[in-house]
Amino acid sequence: MGAVIFAKHKQVCGAIDSMKIKVFVTLKNGVLDPQGKAIHHALEGLGFRGINDVRAGRLIELDTDENISDENVQDMCRKLLANTVIEDFEIERN
Amino acid sequence: MKAAVIQFPGSNCDRDMKVALEHIMGADTIVHWHGDADLPEDIEFIAIPGGFSYGDYLRSGAMAARSPVMKAIIKAANRGVPTLGVCNGFQILTESGLLPGALMRNASQNFICRDVQLRVNNDTMFTKCYADGETISIPVAHHDGNYFADEATIKTLEDNNRIAFRYFEDVNGSQDDIAGITNENGNILGMMPHPERAIDVKHGGIDGQKLFHALIKKLA
Repeated sequence: MGAVIFAKHKQVCGAIDSMKIKVFVTLKNGVLDPQGKAIHHALEGLGFRGINDVRAGRLIELDTDENISDENVQDMCRKLLANTVIEDFEIERN
Repeated sequence: MKAAVIQFPGSNCDRDMKVALEHIMGADTIVHWHGDADLPEDIEFIAIPGGFSYGDYLRSGAMAARSPVMKAIIKAANRGVPTLGVCNGFQILTESGLLPGALMRNASQNFICRDVQLRVNNDTMFTKCYADGETISIPVAHHDGNYFADEATIKTLEDNNRIAFRYFEDVNGSQDDIAGITNENGNILGMMPHPERAIDVKHGGIDGQKLFHALIKKLA
């Protein structure tokens, strides 16, 4: 019973001990982005004007313990989440 | 001679590769499941086959490159064990850092599945049975074959004769029309075209055979 109450409490107060981290992965400047080009072309085909360029990327959301360090997340990006040969990453905490 | 074909969830050219190693190289070939971190020590040749490991999640080859068997493959390849990655295997080799560069989405955005003409550089252990500059026809079947590396890397590959195969035409947007490259020591080859699909007249061509012949000579 105690565990159930604790779980409910955790859910309500989730912000206290968990954290959402957003990792944005984008192609480096100078790396051709065929997907972005195709999206650009399709938007223009739909009649949208004034778009100079489109770059497509990826958003990865991590639900983590609050005490996880920036270095740790950067390490995750370098080792798996981004391919640093072609991609840059940005980390956003809230 | 003992060879291993590495099998990931989503590999689909593992059987064809095993047939090529058995019938053309005459190798005693095992299919090794990626989840088994212990690759037998006596393996003399490693093949990473094509397919869609992990459904191409995150990036093609990204998940497979971090799977349990990869530590053993990296160790063996760095010890000099000849290692061939074809298509998804090439993507896994770049993702694991065994080969430089990256394979991006084809410039046309299309999945490309057809025979292509390649020009061979025969100055590698994998291509020495071809004539230098020989033109061969090998099928490709990929969505992410657009080879990218920074200028310094491309120059290093060129200066050290490490571009084993080049497309005759712009197939997928690859820099320098690169279809296959080797590592610095020359014992690892990654290539997008499928030599194991060109080893029998019933395949429509046998231009892939000489690659496997070269390995018999190397290993004999």
